[in-house]
Amino acid sequence: MSEQTGATAARPTNGAGTRNPYLPMPARVIEVITETPTIKTFRVVLEDEQLMRDFTFQPGQVGQLSMFGVGESTFVINSPPTRKEYLQFSVMRAGENTTALHSLSAGDTVGVRAPLGNCFPYDDMKGKDIVFIGGGIGMAPLRTLLLFMLDNRKDYGKIRLLYGARSPQDMAFSAELPDWLGRADLECTLTIDREAEGWQHKVGLIPNVLLEMHPDPKNCVAITCGPPIMIKFTLQALEKLNFAPEQIYTTLEKRMKCGIGICGRCNIGNKYVCIDGPVFSMAELNAMPNEL
Amino acid sequence: MSAETVKKFISFDALPGFLARAAEHGTVYAPRREGSAVVYRPLKPGDAPELGARPTESCKHVVFPRSETLFSFAGKADAAQPAVRRPVLTESPEPGPAVVFGALSCDARGFLAFDPVYKGSGTGGAAADTYYLRRRSRTLLVVKACKSALNTCFCNWVGGGPASAQGADVLAVEAEQGLVLDILSEQGAIFAETLPAASEGQVGAALAAVKAVEDSLPKAAELSAAPAALASLFSSAEFWKNESAHCLYCGACTYLCPTCYCFNITDESDGLSGVRLRSWDNCMSPLFTLEASGHNPRPNKADRLKNRVGHKFSYYPSLHAGRFSCCGCGRCIKSCPSSVDIRKIVLDAVKEAANV
Repeated sequence: MSEQTGATAARPTNGAGTRNPYLPMPARVIEVITETPTIKTFRVVLEDEQLMRDFTFQPGQVGQLSMFGVGESTFVINSPPTRKEYLQFSVMRAGENTTALHSLSAGDTVGVRAPLGNCFPYDDMKGKDIVFIGGGIGMAPLRTLLLFMLDNRKDYGKIRLLYGARSPQDMAFSAELPDWLGRADLECTLTIDREAEGWQHKVGLIPNVLLEMHPDPKNCVAITCGPPIMIKFTLQALEKLNFAPEQIYTTLEKRMKCGIGICGRCNIGNKYVCIDGPVFSMAELNAMPNEL
Repeated sequence: MSAETVKKFISFDALPGFLARAAEHGTVYAPRREGSAVVYRPLKPGDAPELGARPTESCKHVVFPRSETLFSFAGKADAAQPAVRRPVLTESPEPGPAVVFGALSCDARGFLAFDPVYKGSGTGGAAADTYYLRRRSRTLLVVKACKSALNTCFCNWVGGGPASAQGADVLAVEAEQGLVLDILSEQGAIFAETLPAASEGQVGAALAAVKAVEDSLPKAAELSAAPAALASLFSSAEFWKNESAHCLYCGACTYLCPTCYCFNITDESDGLSGVRLRSWDNCMSPLFTLEASGHNPRPNKADRLKNRVGHKFSYYPSLHAGRFSCCGCGRCIKSCPSSVDIRKIVLDAVKEAANV
């Protein structure tokens, strides 16, 4: 991985240095999609039209969503920079702020601090085959890069997606799945943990299905995100398939407050997930202290 | 004290009047007694600073308040849909100028640990902290050289000294019933411009006082191996379990530390109106890194103490030109209810790593 792409090319560019970095930009919710019983997707536009027009980000960068009076939490911008009508965030209900976010309807106001963090090194991935392996809400960051690559299709080789969830009801982005399954330029495999009535795709844990798919590591990059236990076994599967640590990328989350490398809680050794990440190659993670 | 800089003098008798005049231009903080503690507080006209007393707390709150409002928000009717109220944000007002008169040299050096992080220049391209920089650029630091060291002091281990001028606008040294002021910055010159020049005798007495206190300090321990030693012990669970055995994770060390800069951001609101606050936080608390899912990357006190010591003596130096994020004030040692001594942890780590 090139240090350039991963670490510096994607620093917050939205007026960082001139703008007060703690001041959220008010944004209007234009659509709420109920993905699963615990996940909702919010499409928002910045209320300041000029800011919205000038807003730029890279696939993999994150933002902080504010519910004024409740707090802020970090989510990946899961719409690609190639589609600028709105910014999309998918939120799994887990704590106080995400519960408050789930009460939002179209027309409501939310605060946005973005873009923050680094991005997927998509330039270094040009000309390569790509395997996305997403589990549950971990599909959100992959969606950004997947759509970005589909929008720049000629730059990449074969693109494969393995997306798994516990059950069909837990599968987010279900409205998009028919398109992904039907595309000739994307090989999409869906899996659930246990048999379910009417399910026509794979049944089995993601790492096992991945081994069955048997992607060739030659000139290939694997990008994975999901719950920690899935990541752990997916990495073992990738190792079995002879993927080198330099060929594997993931994106991390930690409890964050400032999002700009100051407040001191998202560090792993001397790396800050909010500015040095959230995207890391396995090679980088292997060089870091084991404190995920 | 360097020979090139301008030296001024003020007698102790003239000091309250001088500081009262300075207070007309901004808030003057100085050590004051409050019960059994000595704290940096705004001086009231006529008050004399407690220059002989060693402040219990650091003066970091002058630039980095315990809690500050980042912005307020209030529900205002939407122009297009008057029935809909939307949050409108108001940034908190800019702070006024301040002087810390009689800061310990370790406390002034504490800000030097904050600076590269808060100025956004430390880890390439990160945003600068608007609130910190506003206060920092408007705060003048007058350091009062220590006359003696406590057995918890170790400023000379980490690049400082009892009369170190690092980070100071003015260095004040007690001599002949007053203070010799060594003028170190343009702002310092403006602050002291009405004062007479120090006499040769006064400067000589001040130099002698500085030498006496510097000579009184025990020899500094060699810590250059500490960053690598701590990094190598990251996975030594046994080492950290032993070192943290007595820790109560109360966090007293973090609040008293001049270089601890971590914070929390929280909202307080009453309906649609409220404030977003930034407050000091404490990395020794299990809540510091607890995620909404219930996952905690640092669930045990050993993990948290390792991170605190690791940050100050290994991670921070690796990012900021080898400097430790510790000014050696010793407050964490002096005020620890269970006698955890950061010097011992660092020295143990150096020894342990050498033995592996």
